[in-house]
Amino acid sequence: MFTLASSDYNAILLSIKVAVTATVLSLPFGFAVAWLITYGRFRGKVALEVMTNLPLTLPPVVIGYLLLLLLGSNGFLGQLLDSIGIRVIFTWRAAVIATAVVGFPLMVRSIRLAMESIDPDLVHAARTLGATRLNAILTVILPLSMRGLIAGSSLMFARGLGEFGATIIVAGNIPGVTQTIPMAIFEYAASPSGDTMALMLCVVSISISIVVLLFHEYLCKRIMRAN
Amino acid sequence: MELHIALQKNFGSFTLDVDSTLRGNSIGVFGPSGSGKSTLVSLIAGLQQAESGRIVLNGNLLYDTSRRINVSPDKRRIGIIFQRPLLFPHLNVKNNLLYGFKRSMAGNRTIDFDTLADVLRINHLLDRGVNNLSGGEKQRVAIGRAVLSNPRLLLMDEPLSGLDDTLRFQIISYLKSACEIFAIPYLFISHSILEMRLMTHQVLSIEQGRIIEETTPENLSRICMGLNPAGYVNLLKLALSHQLEDMCVYLWGNTTLFISGKNDQPDLLFELSSKDIILFKRHPEAISARNLLQCVVTGIFESNGKVGIELGCGDERLVAEVVHQVVGELDIAVGSTVFAAIKASAFRRLG
Repeated sequence: MFTLASSDYNAILLSIKVAVTATVLSLPFGFAVAWLITYGRFRGKVALEVMTNLPLTLPPVVIGYLLLLLLGSNGFLGQLLDSIGIRVIFTWRAAVIATAVVGFPLMVRSIRLAMESIDPDLVHAARTLGATRLNAILTVILPLSMRGLIAGSSLMFARGLGEFGATIIVAGNIPGVTQTIPMAIFEYAASPSGDTMALMLCVVSISISIVVLLFHEYLCKRIMRAN
Repeated sequence: MELHIALQKNFGSFTLDVDSTLRGNSIGVFGPSGSGKSTLVSLIAGLQQAESGRIVLNGNLLYDTSRRINVSPDKRRIGIIFQRPLLFPHLNVKNNLLYGFKRSMAGNRTIDFDTLADVLRINHLLDRGVNNLSGGEKQRVAIGRAVLSNPRLLLMDEPLSGLDDTLRFQIISYLKSACEIFAIPYLFISHSILEMRLMTHQVLSIEQGRIIEETTPENLSRICMGLNPAGYVNLLKLALSHQLEDMCVYLWGNTTLFISGKNDQPDLLFELSSKDIILFKRHPEAISARNLLQCVVTGIFESNGKVGIELGCGDERLVAEVVHQVVGELDIAVGSTVFAAIKASAFRRLG
């Protein structure tokens, strides 16, 4: 029988909440970084590229640990946030930050791919038609990158649902507070009688992923048709 | 329109170095590919910056390195019609057309949308997506979009080179009528002498980044006659008189011309190569060529080893091309009479 404990529901909702928040927060930054890498001409561009892609190659645990150092009570950002009364470590916010950092390169990559396929002369045409640089970005580059934005968001959301290594270090595995689906599965798998429950959560995980991928396909087709 | 440009820009071994003041409303910039024409367009529009120099349009300083002035492209009010239409794929035809219009200052808006759509014959396309247009329709929309942005100057950067011949002459007439009706001065960039003659009154000839000369399109084609495989191209605007079997008879000044092929349009533009005109000193009794014109030599000019003979036929002019020996053998001099024979099939219809 398909049954879920109430803590499982909490884990599912928290997973979705964390992944959605991380994705939405990353979108403007992802767009800006992708724009800088695609169109920018400045010193340190290679450094920016490497920094952006680093989380893709680093073990998530390393990222989690570095974030812990940065956001912990002795960390630079942690102290700063503490002074204005915001606690990050071992809250769902930490899970959002960990998810955002780990998924960010995927988002930037997708947006970049879309941006690189835009004819730069379209931007020139827009400029000579009276569009300021920012206006050309918003009215030409942004709509023409839409496929990349959607692909990047779906990828990042899907990656966010599965985020484990970095999250468990900065956010911990506190049921009802920071326990996401992977954490719950991890806990069930460690207990002798948790097999069925772990399997149930696996089914939920797979279902959410399929829905996200189908939604992604649907949006891409719509954009293709509109163009 | 008065445009002063004094610009220097380096690209590795290539240097663009121009200094000129252009006055007029239909000016051509002529040169082979790689001569720096497109760079010049980018510099004038502000899409690229020169290392040093000045651009002044109608007394308005747009660029000056010594005073660190660089008006951004969106403030220059200089429109470009590119080689490719470059329509925004996410907008329909109407929104493409209005892109520049919406961004122009209300006080500068002199172009009426409906009139322009009429001139360019794009009224029926307004709700379409731009990917559902033919090549000619796309270029017409691109012309409309640039004109509707109410520019002070239009730069046409080889707007016809991506089109086939039939389309080319159609687009030329759209370009000309749009600019004439709305009084927009333009710089027309091309490597085609024929396009220069159809579109401009004055030509700036550029080679390897430098201005070679400022001349008229007529002079330019005479200078280039000896190098051009087609020689000098005579352009004849002819009115149809009547059909005669498989030929048509056209009125040309106070004489008539026989031209192969059927046609039902009243006015047509033809080209005739200077190489297709044969000169006779005396009237030949019987020849196969259908056109034999009695002409007076009104001018003789040299072009790269060839001799161009300007022939007066009533008020009309033709240029024939001969080799040096012929001038002596036929005693050709200004004022002498010659007979010009032209085959009916030598004329090529434009558009």
